[in-house]
Amino acid sequence: MPDLLLELFSEEIPARMQARAADDLKKMVTDRLVAAGLVYEGAKAFATPRRLALTVQGIPARQPDLKEERKGPKVGAPEQAIAGFMKAAGLTSIDQAKVQADKKGDFYVAITERKGRDATDVIAEMIPEIVRTFPWPKQMRWGADSARPGALTWVRPLHSIIATFGPETEEPAVLAFEIGGIKAGNETRGHRFMAPGSFKVRRFDDYVAALEKARVVLDPARRMDIIRTDARNLAFAQGHELVEDEGLTAEVAGLVEWPVPLMGSFDKDFLAIPGEVIRSTIRANQKCFVLRDPSSSRLVNKFILVSNIEASDGGKAIVAGNERVIRARLSDAKFFYETDLKKKLEDRLPKFESIVFHEKLGTQAERIARIVSLAGQLAPVVGADAAKAERAARLCKADLLTEVVGEFPELQGLMGRYYAQAQNEDEAVAHAIEDHYRPKGPEDLVPADPVSIAVALADKIDTLVGFWSIDEKPTGSKDPYALRRAALGVIRIVIDNQLRLPLRRLLWRHFGAVARDEALASAFAALHPIHDDIANISATDIELAMKLEVLVSAKERSIASPKLIEAHSFVTPTRDLIAFFADRLKVQLREQGARHDLVDAVFALQGQDDLLMVVRRVEALGQFLETDDGKNLLAGVKRASNILRIEEKKDGRSYAGAVDASLLKDAEEKALASAVATAKRETATAVGKEDFAAAMRALAKLRPTVDAFFDKVTVNADDKAVRANRLTLLNEIREATRAVADFSRIEG
Amino acid sequence: MPAAQANLDPSRSFQGLILALQEFWAGQGCVILQPYDMEVGAGTFHPATTLRALGPKPWNAAYVQPSRRPKDGRYGENPNRLQHYYQFQVILKPSPPDLQQLYLDSLKVIGISSDLHDIRFVEDDWESPTLGAWGLGWECWCDGMEVSQFTYFQQVAGVECAPVAGELTYGLERLAMYVQGVDRVYDLNFNGLDGDRKVTYGDVFLQAEREYSKHNFEVADTGMLFEQFKMAEQACKKYLNAGYNAERTRHGMALPAYDQCIKASHVFNLLDARGVISVTERQSYILRVRELAKACGEAWLMTEAGGA
Repeated sequence: MPDLLLELFSEEIPARMQARAADDLKKMVTDRLVAAGLVYEGAKAFATPRRLALTVQGIPARQPDLKEERKGPKVGAPEQAIAGFMKAAGLTSIDQAKVQADKKGDFYVAITERKGRDATDVIAEMIPEIVRTFPWPKQMRWGADSARPGALTWVRPLHSIIATFGPETEEPAVLAFEIGGIKAGNETRGHRFMAPGSFKVRRFDDYVAALEKARVVLDPARRMDIIRTDARNLAFAQGHELVEDEGLTAEVAGLVEWPVPLMGSFDKDFLAIPGEVIRSTIRANQKCFVLRDPSSSRLVNKFILVSNIEASDGGKAIVAGNERVIRARLSDAKFFYETDLKKKLEDRLPKFESIVFHEKLGTQAERIARIVSLAGQLAPVVGADAAKAERAARLCKADLLTEVVGEFPELQGLMGRYYAQAQNEDEAVAHAIEDHYRPKGPEDLVPADPVSIAVALADKIDTLVGFWSIDEKPTGSKDPYALRRAALGVIRIVIDNQLRLPLRRLLWRHFGAVARDEALASAFAALHPIHDDIANISATDIELAMKLEVLVSAKERSIASPKLIEAHSFVTPTRDLIAFFADRLKVQLREQGARHDLVDAVFALQGQDDLLMVVRRVEALGQFLETDDGKNLLAGVKRASNILRIEEKKDGRSYAGAVDASLLKDAEEKALASAVATAKRETATAVGKEDFAAAMRALAKLRPTVDAFFDKVTVNADDKAVRANRLTLLNEIREATRAVADFSRIEG
Repeated sequence: MPAAQANLDPSRSFQGLILALQEFWAGQGCVILQPYDMEVGAGTFHPATTLRALGPKPWNAAYVQPSRRPKDGRYGENPNRLQHYYQFQVILKPSPPDLQQLYLDSLKVIGISSDLHDIRFVEDDWESPTLGAWGLGWECWCDGMEVSQFTYFQQVAGVECAPVAGELTYGLERLAMYVQGVDRVYDLNFNGLDGDRKVTYGDVFLQAEREYSKHNFEVADTGMLFEQFKMAEQACKKYLNAGYNAERTRHGMALPAYDQCIKASHVFNLLDARGVISVTERQSYILRVRELAKACGEAWLMTEAGGA
């Protein structure tokens, strides 16, 4: 069966767009082939800086013929109906329709046959439409034609198109179409400099071979291989090791059609600059690789560039040119680094007073002050030295004002650590400056040192509370302040380090700290002792709010301004932010394979704000439900809940409350009542000790009595009081399980 | 053409390099213009680019433009940063189909051969917020160094380019440093002579760099500059108003009005260098200049050269 070869030859396509464009081309062509009834055997797309190419193998030469049946009106239907049917089906006489019968009688059926068209025609129509609607991230017009409305657009000027179609055994046909004055043909060009002439091709095999001869490696994966292999070998030959960089390899492979790695060197003196700065300088500006000494892992004064040509002097001029540019860049970097070292980090802080962090959240200086205070509060909770945590927090943003970070923002934190070490800061402080941004992504390390933990948490919580307080929350795919990442960062730090960090109180207080109104802040400070009471009650949010209101009105109204009432309003954003943490935790646990219904079942309990405890409960619950006892108890609880739901609805009342022992009649219900009481007591004790496995074991003991109860006892007894008491008993089962989770949220 | 004198060899003389480029583009039919007689931040600001890029009429021009970037001054102490430098600007409307090849040919005449040097077109989308302009193209690399900017204008002064113009901007000092093998811009040989008769780039410009750096960062009269910005803005609007005919179908003052837009832009750059414009104000100043540029572009389209 015939194959299609397509090449779109243009001026240099941005490296970052090439892979996506190749995929898009393949998808657009193959989707349309399939839609046109041309089912192909295989397809592969490629990109170089100057061309997109596609091969599709095994396309039928013709579309299949299509037979369509159209059901018409009944025989003897009004004339109008028959005329309408004939028109719709394209019949000139009703005799052309067949008559078929169903249970309602005879009716007309029109059978039309559509002849399949030649694939060459179908494809020749298809390609121009694809080119005109191609989803480049940015496209442009060019040349004299660009003055016309509807002129062709492409990522950069398009110069020629190859479109050939035919079976392996024959000379393929050139598809007949034209786009924006470019006629499809079978000619292309080789490497811009080494083989600029044009040549004819027939099909994919000879196309790839001809390109190779004309110094073009079509397949980007192969170009990447060449770069990797040659670069490693060049490094190895000198006793060095390539610092692998897949992102850079892909980018460079998108900048050359004929990759020629070459090695250059720079002055050893530059190695006094931190390795990361050298690497960023050489990578970002020059797209070159750095090398290291395999034994010490330290950088060496060599780099690898990837040229696009085999130069007539073997690359001497190219290497010399790149060395000069790199020397100039490293001189700049060295100058920046040395300039930075002359100024202490704390001496940079005053400048933050005039730098706005966010219009509604004040200056960077204000933000740093909040992080300092929060890190200080967190220090005892996470086992850190408070003075060190505060010191690290105070300095953690200072490197943003250094020259090196100004030049290479990706080095923030790291440079802060270097500069802190250079001014002899405590090691824990220096490392906290670097690590407070962590984890920066799902693959990144989580801080483990207590000082780092305190600052990392403070930084993230301040960000979250700040943006929450001005109602800048993530929506859908929009999360410009990376708040999801910040929340996930907090979760990972807490879980990985097994930290006990009840969030409600912490967040509520910090909402007070970000309130930029001084009167409000001081009013809020006056509230702290009161709030401490409330936090100890471990109340629900609503209770908390009510309690606060009562306290404010009773005790504080004399000193209180309306600001106190406003402080109370932080309850809502606090609750909202905790719900956001809950959502992120759910996503996180789900990704790790936990059942989402178990996560829901635990979060449905009121007052869950301790992330570590939530995770422990979910784990224990998951294990419990794997056992027979767990499964059966779940079934029993669900049954109890269902009955209660129905009866409570019917009676219009709830059956919460204590069971009346005097109304217990049957042995099974007596046994259940006593078992529930025991289970409640035992689970409460176990939960109090945070031993959730023990809590589950206590619940498991309920199973036989619950089973026996449902087996033997009729809940809806005739005696109303007995019935009510039994329903209350059912409610007690539900209540007992609520010590660990809301079983009604569990599936199955 | 007379045989090139040795002292005008582009690889040893800064002015030789400029002359070689002028000669090359003159050979391509470009009108060779002289620098615009106002302070501008880049060759693009020259009306021969900004305004001539608009409208349907063909236009091919090349010229050197001294460019002032007050903030880039380094008191003559940085080997390659200058607050005043030269750009060589080529504008071809409509963009010819072989523009990339023409560019490569022009490099050859200044001694950069593609057999020996690794020349690359690396994505660089150009945007000028003050001019309300954008285009797609590349920065052109020679052995890892950016030596030119290559842009297909899509929009200028808020107006779609129809047809599209191709713009080439050569960084002359960088190119000259490269071909002369010099690491410090002030060491460039300007006139290509040796011994006593040699004049370097430093001889010509070092003192100016020192004086203007002090001016730009420390002394420039900000009160006067704020006033000048306002005056230029008002004058631009006034000339634009005065230039329209009664039906507002033709315009006769686009060029004088645009001069005031250029003025405002440069004054803004000076104020920015003096550090007296806050981050939030900055945006609004840029917007104000852009409004002027857009209004000038609109007016230009109603002039004869603009195709009206």
